[in-house]
Amino acid sequence: MREGTPVFRSRTTAWLLLVPTLVILVIFLYYPAAQSFVLSMYRSNLILGTRKFIGLDNFRELFTGLLAPMYRQVVLQSIVFSAAVVILGLAISMAFAMLANQKVTGARFYRLLLIWPFALSPAIAGTIFSFLFNPQVGAVNHFLRMTLGIAPRWLDNPILAFSLVVGAAIWKELGYNIVFYLAALQNIPGELNEAAAIDGANAWQRFRSVTLPLLSPMTFFLVFTNVAYAFFEVFGLIDILTKGGPVGPSALHLDNAGLTTTMIYRMYQDGFGGTGSLGFAGAQGVVLLFLVAGITVLQFRYGGRNVHYGGGS
Amino acid sequence: MATRTASARQRRPKTRWLIHLLLIVSCLVVTGPILFALIKATQPTTQVISASLIPGAQLWHNVSNAWVQADLGIYMRNSFIIAFAVTFGKTLFSLMAGMALVYFRIPFKPVVFGFILLTLMMPTQVLIVGLFDLVSKQAPPTWQALFSWIAHPLAPTPYGFNWSNSYWAIIVPFLASATGVFLFRQHFMSIPLSLADAAKIDGAGPLRFLMSILVPMSTNTIGALAVIQFVYVWNQYLWPLVIIRRTDRQVVQVGLNLIISQGQDTDWGLVMAGAIVALIPPLIVFMLLQEQFMRGFALSSEK
Repeated sequence: MREGTPVFRSRTTAWLLLVPTLVILVIFLYYPAAQSFVLSMYRSNLILGTRKFIGLDNFRELFTGLLAPMYRQVVLQSIVFSAAVVILGLAISMAFAMLANQKVTGARFYRLLLIWPFALSPAIAGTIFSFLFNPQVGAVNHFLRMTLGIAPRWLDNPILAFSLVVGAAIWKELGYNIVFYLAALQNIPGELNEAAAIDGANAWQRFRSVTLPLLSPMTFFLVFTNVAYAFFEVFGLIDILTKGGPVGPSALHLDNAGLTTTMIYRMYQDGFGGTGSLGFAGAQGVVLLFLVAGITVLQFRYGGRNVHYGGGS
Repeated sequence: MATRTASARQRRPKTRWLIHLLLIVSCLVVTGPILFALIKATQPTTQVISASLIPGAQLWHNVSNAWVQADLGIYMRNSFIIAFAVTFGKTLFSLMAGMALVYFRIPFKPVVFGFILLTLMMPTQVLIVGLFDLVSKQAPPTWQALFSWIAHPLAPTPYGFNWSNSYWAIIVPFLASATGVFLFRQHFMSIPLSLADAAKIDGAGPLRFLMSILVPMSTNTIGALAVIQFVYVWNQYLWPLVIIRRTDRQVVQVGLNLIISQGQDTDWGLVMAGAIVALIPPLIVFMLLQEQFMRGFALSSEK
């Protein structure tokens, strides 16, 4: 075993190499994680700097108290939002990547055009979309006014606003997903599809029984990175595009919070927005930590041991 | 059989055109909004808010206005400083830790590795509440205060680093990376051990071994990690928004939102110029290191 035969013996050097990483992880990840648990048991105010131990009251407020309907709605929205982003986003990305993998003239050029938005940020996506869909001066409404004579208020109508955030979030992540799908597709030997074609399989059958299964490890990896993206990274996009609003329709009992408020956005609003209730936000942070832990456990259980978040910490 | 194989390779012209058409549509979907932003960034103010999609000649005007009057230059400088510092530090520290885990004897090695991997479950965005106190509060005034803080780690943070509004706040917490350590460890384990033994017999110490064998053999992993980290740090939004209150220390992602809300009416030409400029650095890094990224990460089974 390699683990049993170290090349160098100096213990001091070994620890010198490890210490920077370990110290930073302890101080800036483990300690704040523990502090999220601690703060969740306090009524703590950002502006006043006050702190009072209140046990589990913050959690009671979240799950059974006056704010429980609000938090239920926010959790539900986050789940619907990330499901939409993951399912639609991966389906579109896979289709685009498969197109770009076809042997046609100019394929390299198409591929380049499709992967370069890898570097795009949620904030830039939010910025461009907030201009594109601006009700008065945005290009989309200019176009709709000229063709259909309508000018939807994209950011005031809850359903439109939610769809817009989903669309922008999917679009932002296309480049990232296509890069990984293209890499996986180029690793699939062409003979496999040719052999299937010789055996009389049509295009759909080849996709179902050759390409899709061979892409599944990559799909698995991307499902988890995209869930993490939809839950956490999308914050910048929401903050610029809708600021969590508008309040949902009361007919559907979705009027307890802004329809585009996700769990992370609500935590930010409660902790660092107007009220500055750090303890209450801390309790939401704890809920999110459990959520990440659950997702990671699922990922390791079903994906073997060689998977992890790309990007991230 | 032969004809079928041939038809699989050389498609009928109709199919070929359909593929081209679909590819053009997908390229438009992916790059359309950016193209739109680029066109709008070239138009004069009066034309920007019109329906016109004809490129103008005002690109330089918009960029320089954004750069100077809307503080884009300051935001870009701040983003550059933190992105380079974090990318360099994170890659170096991960390389060191990966080397320690593979080539050294460490007591409880699996525990140490597990301790590092466990932080994958702690995304910074989720930790901001706990991190905020630690980074922003006043430093302990006396040694006694420091010791009493360390003695009671589970009381609410009494002191901190007093780093709000400084670069340290957005650099130091990100210098360690479980992803990085994991990637380097996997990569080093695929390098034949005989190489390390040979280096040792030749009298090379750990530092020589690192610099003249490990680093040159790890260009793909280093390149891949650099891309991932640079893009990640450059695009960060929530933590700078929370911890940086002074505009002259803000990063460009949050700065874009500041440019939007500047003045009564948003100058969208300026904003689009800012969005394009903010996209360029991570784009260049990705394009330059794309090969390494593909070989060192996207195509590796180690993800």
